[in-house]
Amino acid sequence: MAEEPISRAEVEHVAELAKLSLTDEQASKFTSQLDEIITMIDGLNEVNTDDVKPTTNMADATAILREDVAVNAHQKDALINEAPETEDGFIKVPAIIDESEDA
Amino acid sequence: MNFQTTIGLEVHVELKTNSKIFSPSPVEFGDNPNANTNVIDWGYPGVLPTPNKGVVEYGMRAALALHAKINQHTHFDRKNYFYPDNPKAYQISQSDVPLAQNGWIEIDVDGKKKKIGIEEMHIEEDAGKNTHNPNGYSYVDLNRQGTPLIEIVSKPDIASPDEAYAYLETLRQRIQFTGVSDVKMEEGSMRVDVNISIRPYGTDKFGTKTELKNLNSFNYVKKGLQFEEQRQQRVLLSGGQIQQETRRYDEASNETILMRVKEGADDYRYFPEPDIPNVEIADDWIKQIEETMPEMPERRRQRYVDDLGLTDYDAMVLTQTKEMSDFFEAAVAQGADAKLTSNYLQGDVNAYLNDNHLDLQDTKLTPDHLAGMIKLQMDGTISSKMAKKVFKAIMDGEEPNDYVKAHNLVQLSDPAQLQPIIDGVLDANAQSIEDFKNGKDRAVGFLVGQIMKQTHGQANPKIVNKLLMTSLNAR
Repeated sequence: MAEEPISRAEVEHVAELAKLSLTDEQASKFTSQLDEIITMIDGLNEVNTDDVKPTTNMADATAILREDVAVNAHQKDALINEAPETEDGFIKVPAIIDESEDA
Repeated sequence: MNFQTTIGLEVHVELKTNSKIFSPSPVEFGDNPNANTNVIDWGYPGVLPTPNKGVVEYGMRAALALHAKINQHTHFDRKNYFYPDNPKAYQISQSDVPLAQNGWIEIDVDGKKKKIGIEEMHIEEDAGKNTHNPNGYSYVDLNRQGTPLIEIVSKPDIASPDEAYAYLETLRQRIQFTGVSDVKMEEGSMRVDVNISIRPYGTDKFGTKTELKNLNSFNYVKKGLQFEEQRQQRVLLSGGQIQQETRRYDEASNETILMRVKEGADDYRYFPEPDIPNVEIADDWIKQIEETMPEMPERRRQRYVDDLGLTDYDAMVLTQTKEMSDFFEAAVAQGADAKLTSNYLQGDVNAYLNDNHLDLQDTKLTPDHLAGMIKLQMDGTISSKMAKKVFKAIMDGEEPNDYVKAHNLVQLSDPAQLQPIIDGVLDANAQSIEDFKNGKDRAVGFLVGQIMKQTHGQANPKIVNKLLMTSLNAR
């Protein structure tokens, strides 16, 4: 990797994606911290991994698939009670502009 | 300047499993808001998603129907974004190793066949449902959260809005025949995202594409693409440039309207889902699914033509939906004539469905009853005119044999019973016999009318005609 593993602009971009608002001071601080972390991780690039399969999961296991049986947990009332605001069984949230890509 | 068009389609299909993809909550529609949810669906901290075997199996069925190659070592990934209907702030999906890749389906546009490639097909979870209210709030129902979806991404092989339409029709049909989904756009179990770009003929580089939203039927997909194709041509021909943007199709004006300009690619920060180990699919499992794959529409069409003597057109119409095709086969299995059954389904039954805005399975008509009526017609018990009455009755759920008996609709076909009536009519109409001898064919029609009147319309017209001609010539 180049001399600068992560730029301040990238840190600000990621913060925005994560809906975090950073002060100038924080942005500088996290940039240098992330810089150090990435530099450390970059050390792994020295290992030859040509014949190693990519690791996609830390658990060295195969997923146990659940049989397709429906079970209603009847947790609706308990869950609705925990929501900050509800109405007629719906969770009520401030309307926001559609940023989703619909699944 | 001439342009060539490239269309890409992303189709989401809801799988009708019993339970959700990562939680055992039921997959049911129309229940009270949030009734079918648990802590996993709400994305509570510390909960563990467990993948549903039925979803992987249904996904494989769909993949095989699309001639796609199943990835036997696959895994899930997180797609990160914020939205109130997405309680975890990420969707569990698949990114670099989808369940299946490299498929194809064959489309037919005006008799021209073409293979359209399928880039990939992956499984993922659906989001909940957000209802906006003008009062400044949104209302969230998480019943749909976690409903299993497959997403099918086409290769850039689709070159016209007509091909896009044919692709969707064929895709819907094939998925429907596997039985893994209802694939109904009007109910949201099939959703379509499209993108389109054009470039001058003979050039290699794809043009900038625009994305279309709000396409609620195959027809709107076609119309939206047609409009967009023309719009992009106008922009380029007038020296302008296409922006990468999302546009909305407006049904009323049949136009696409700019929603937002896209700046840069979406940044979902995919990474492997740490809560779910890798999914391994054994050879045996694939083999077992291959062996239990239902017959696909083209095989049925072949059979209808080769074994049942139907035309290509009839076979095509009958296999448009699995319900219709299954219904047809059940009626024929009961002994009904294939051509008559096909005619009824495409004619009277279809008209009834259109008039009443119903699907076949929502009516009271059964294959048994339709076959029963057709058999009564085949053996001459009822005339085609009587069949019209019987048809109405069976659409109301009545049993055809019982109805025919109760309403005395049995056709009079016995010559021994008909001959005396014919003789009586001839005796009473000497003038008509005279007219017939003088070459006036109209006299025959009059005499048949008299005989039908005497038998209250129950005489078998074919037999009456035959007996009458013999008797007339004998006089």
